[in-house]
Amino acid sequence: MLGKLTFDAFPHDLVILGGVATMALGIASIIGVLTYFKKWRWLWREWLTSLDPKRIGVMYIIVATVMLLRGVGDAVLIRAQQVLTASDHGILSSDHFQQIFSAHGTIMIFFVAMGVIFGLMNLLVPLMIGARDVAFPFLNATSFWLFVAGAVLVNLSLAIGEFSATGWLAYPPLSGIQFSPGVGVDYWIWALQIAGAGSLLSGINFLVTILKMRAPGMTMMRMPLFVWSCLGSLVLIVFAFPILTATLGMLSLDRLIGAHFFTSDFGGNPMMYVNLIWAWGHPEVYILILPAFGVFSEVVATFSSKRLFGYTSMVWAIAAITFLSFVVWLHHFFTMGAGANVNAFFGVMTMIIAVPTGVKVFNWLFTMYRGRVRLTTPILWFLGFVVTFTIGGMAGVMMAVPAIDFQVHNSLFLVAHFHTMIIGGVLFGAFAAFSYWFPKFTGFVLHETLGKLSFFAWLIGFLLAFGPLYILGMMGATRRLDHYDPSLGWQWLFMVAGFGVLWILLGIGLQILQLVVSIWQRKKYVDATGDPWGGRTLEWATSSPPPFYNFAIIPHVGERDAFWAMKQHKKQSSTPKYEPIYLPKNTPLGLYIAACALVFGFAVIWHIWWLAFVGFIGIVVLLIVRVGDDDTEYEVSVATIRKIEEARGR
Amino acid sequence: MKKQYARILVGLGILGIGGAIVAAMLFMGTHNIAVLNPKGEIAEQQRHLMLITTLLMLIVVVPVFMLTFWVVWRYRAGNKKATYSPEWDRSRIAEMIWWLVPLVIIGVLAGITWVSSHRLDPYRPLTSEKSPVTIKVIALQWKWLFIYPEQNVASVNFVQLPKDRPVNFEITADAPMNSFWIPQLGGQVYAMAGMSTKLHLMGNEIGNYKGSSANLSGEGFADMKFTARVGTEADFSEWVKEVKRSPAMLNAATYSALAQPGKEALPTYYATTDPSLYDSVIMKYMMPKGTMPAMHHEQE
Amino acid sequence: MNVTSKTTLGFWIYLMTDCILFSVLFATYAVLHHNTFGGPSGQDLFELPFVLKETLLLLTSSFTCGLALIFARQNRQELALGWLGVTFLLGATFLALELHEFSTLVAEGNSWRRSGFLTAFFTLVGTHGLHIAIGLTWAGVLALQVKSRGFTEGVLRRLTLFSMFWHFLDVIWIFIFTVVYLMGVAG
Repeated sequence: MLGKLTFDAFPHDLVILGGVATMALGIASIIGVLTYFKKWRWLWREWLTSLDPKRIGVMYIIVATVMLLRGVGDAVLIRAQQVLTASDHGILSSDHFQQIFSAHGTIMIFFVAMGVIFGLMNLLVPLMIGARDVAFPFLNATSFWLFVAGAVLVNLSLAIGEFSATGWLAYPPLSGIQFSPGVGVDYWIWALQIAGAGSLLSGINFLVTILKMRAPGMTMMRMPLFVWSCLGSLVLIVFAFPILTATLGMLSLDRLIGAHFFTSDFGGNPMMYVNLIWAWGHPEVYILILPAFGVFSEVVATFSSKRLFGYTSMVWAIAAITFLSFVVWLHHFFTMGAGANVNAFFGVMTMIIAVPTGVKVFNWLFTMYRGRVRLTTPILWFLGFVVTFTIGGMAGVMMAVPAIDFQVHNSLFLVAHFHTMIIGGVLFGAFAAFSYWFPKFTGFVLHETLGKLSFFAWLIGFLLAFGPLYILGMMGATRRLDHYDPSLGWQWLFMVAGFGVLWILLGIGLQILQLVVSIWQRKKYVDATGDPWGGRTLEWATSSPPPFYNFAIIPHVGERDAFWAMKQHKKQSSTPKYEPIYLPKNTPLGLYIAACALVFGFAVIWHIWWLAFVGFIGIVVLLIVRVGDDDTEYEVSVATIRKIEEARGR
Repeated sequence: MKKQYARILVGLGILGIGGAIVAAMLFMGTHNIAVLNPKGEIAEQQRHLMLITTLLMLIVVVPVFMLTFWVVWRYRAGNKKATYSPEWDRSRIAEMIWWLVPLVIIGVLAGITWVSSHRLDPYRPLTSEKSPVTIKVIALQWKWLFIYPEQNVASVNFVQLPKDRPVNFEITADAPMNSFWIPQLGGQVYAMAGMSTKLHLMGNEIGNYKGSSANLSGEGFADMKFTARVGTEADFSEWVKEVKRSPAMLNAATYSALAQPGKEALPTYYATTDPSLYDSVIMKYMMPKGTMPAMHHEQE
Repeated sequence: MNVTSKTTLGFWIYLMTDCILFSVLFATYAVLHHNTFGGPSGQDLFELPFVLKETLLLLTSSFTCGLALIFARQNRQELALGWLGVTFLLGATFLALELHEFSTLVAEGNSWRRSGFLTAFFTLVGTHGLHIAIGLTWAGVLALQVKSRGFTEGVLRRLTLFSMFWHFLDVIWIFIFTVVYLMGVAG
């Protein structure tokens, strides 16, 4: 009746119970607040059933932030264990530790970084191209809720069952049914399958949006560079995510029905998995970093009060990075024995990526050169990125030499490298984006000093937390160790890293404080003009926050930096001629489909076959219902538009 | 005013932390950092490579750092003396320099990559007048089994190597994927069930060196530690004699017991070994009639 | 910027992602197809006459699907629905034959559990079959839509997308027929 699910699945370990209790407390508080302030109807109408990409974007960011806190919690536990284990065996069992770092990596990549990327795309792409919506609004909402379903599954594994203990990529044979008979790897598989489906659908959605919905006059070479960088990322998503879907599918068949894709015997080939998962995995990290580069392009130009330098060159660099990211995947397993020729080829391809990346850095610097640089929080994040990303990039080029990689592969040197790239690149970019665009979507700016302080705390914390790891790696410390011989002399370096984590926690605390203070004092920090920084791109042409239809009249674009141009040629339009606008109606169907996907995933994990069937049928039925619905839009009358526009004083 | 100080603080902060880390490294002395303190010729060449690549990259990185701080300082909004050209956004010369110079450096690195990938290919036997020692390695859960076919002995989590003699490791696993690594002697190679990978190393200094598995292989992964001791030829013969005095024998039965997942205390030395054991461990993952061309991981 | 142009582009992109998914399965098949682990190979198992029947059914169904579209665009409901029905029947027969092939293999003891080769075979061919089943469901729903509201712009658009999907599956089948069956029998 309930498959493999028994009472044993519920936690009986103190640390896990603590985690579950914290989650439960958080959920209970939210429910409590919503009930107390009688906001359920508002939540449902304004957010959960909304197809407005600005709303969906905010929700992505919120979920990503919550998952960031969970991922940082995991990191704190990892650091604590690796400090304490040298003295007294630490606080975590080996199995638990292995689940924690697996969850940490999975959460950070799939639910924090991807969440931020899609959040930013939803918020910014339509506005920047002068559109009112994405190409497929219902698909957009469904994609978001599928992302949420995946996140729910990961967190559910804490309370019911266990999570994967095989690392964030779950290599077989370890992740096969023989060596991982529990439900952990299945939770991992289905969380990623469901969220991955959402990512793929979003990829298609935004690709069509950018290709088909730009404002008249906005040729490709007049798009903001952030949009170009998203385009590169989207091309990667669309090509790479099907590989993930297929590979996860094959692993699940191995585990569910006794297939032999990746078993060591019966003709399976675990090396095939390694190749496939990295054929997805490498493009994935460029999926994450390209939009961050795009953020920096916008931030640097705006705060230098100067045009972005080398636009064409920057576009070519994005294209080069996009293409090259498909031909480097083997560098993740030089040590698997492919031979010198193959290793050397992939090594050389890998290093070549440093060239267009370097080109971008130089173009940013030359944007600031002969500009008027304002040292705001977003620019500080950019500078922090330049420092950290360069260091991490150097480590990367080193590891691209196969013979060097043999000595640092899977060591803490590698761990330091990729954290440097993702934190220094993606996370710092996300924080820059957060400070920069916050006023656009809320109507008030963030407290600037707290922002700067949080940056310094993060930077110091990051350097302290990961600097020692470069050294530890070269001392022979591999990744994923839950204990080590105290006589090795590693403990003090882990302590420095732990100290760094405390600084990072301080940085996070300051960011939370910044948010609270800014909301508290929002009347004082209000952004009345919609353009608090002297922006250059079209999103700044709207009010803060923008009206739900974005633009009352779709702008006509004549050149790059469309809004800057509009400001220069201050053409005073006579009474604007409004026309009715058609927007998609709210609908809960996307949420319901994702709920069915969640039920399906959970049921397959626990082998509750009738429930899986129900979930699957649910999805099919809901899809048919939606496709059969012809009445999905509503009209915004000219009168409504005029009222909103005139209230703005434009 | 405040912004100037902020920038100085940033610069000092970064320099300070960076300096602290470098100082820590120098303070500890490289003798603690295995990869920078090689005791074998492979590891030594690998360290040399690290140095060269780092220096080559610094050619670009140092100017970038200097340029960054100078640009931010000179063109900060408060400095009205600096030229302000808000519309200037292109320069053919600049583009050529920063596309070509890095490309040239990468080109040099690419050459180094090609050459070193071949010279330091783990499958490439070392050149030496001395004859090599062959050691077959089986990664188990969660221990390393070393079989010396020529000496007909075996040991667990300990391997004795004669100084200045090439060692030919042949590596497989009867467990999930592992990775065989002795940092002070050279880089690692994966240990995979149903396959035999190779690693050629040499120890050039007497000492005890730490080895481990570098790929997550289950709950006891952190216990997969072993010691590689490099000694003289006399030490080696003595050690073989000592092992032969052990009462334990490595055959199918004792191997089965050893291969059980666990970390209990086990005999570490086996006085005799079954010569077909290594191959049979690989074969049991391949089909009986052996039609899997890609499985035996030989060098092409 | 009209709906049809966006939707068509979006669907083409989706088909390309599906193509990549199949490529992964083909690549896996290529790597695993010699791994019979002592069991039977393609030469032992595949019967070309049978597969030819399946191929003809599917190719014909692509043709009839094309006919259905032509009549749909001419607003001739009965003819369009008729040919759509023939397409459905041909596809369903294909699926029935394939299920028969699978169940025979399983009954003989040659299921996916037998070897890497059989795993890859069942998954590649089975995934195609799953797509066919989804296509048949889609055709059924579309037929109902045509009956209830006629050839609106939305219905025509979805019929076009369906036919793109159906032709795509045909192309994939040609590859399967060649790579799996023909080359499998050749040895």
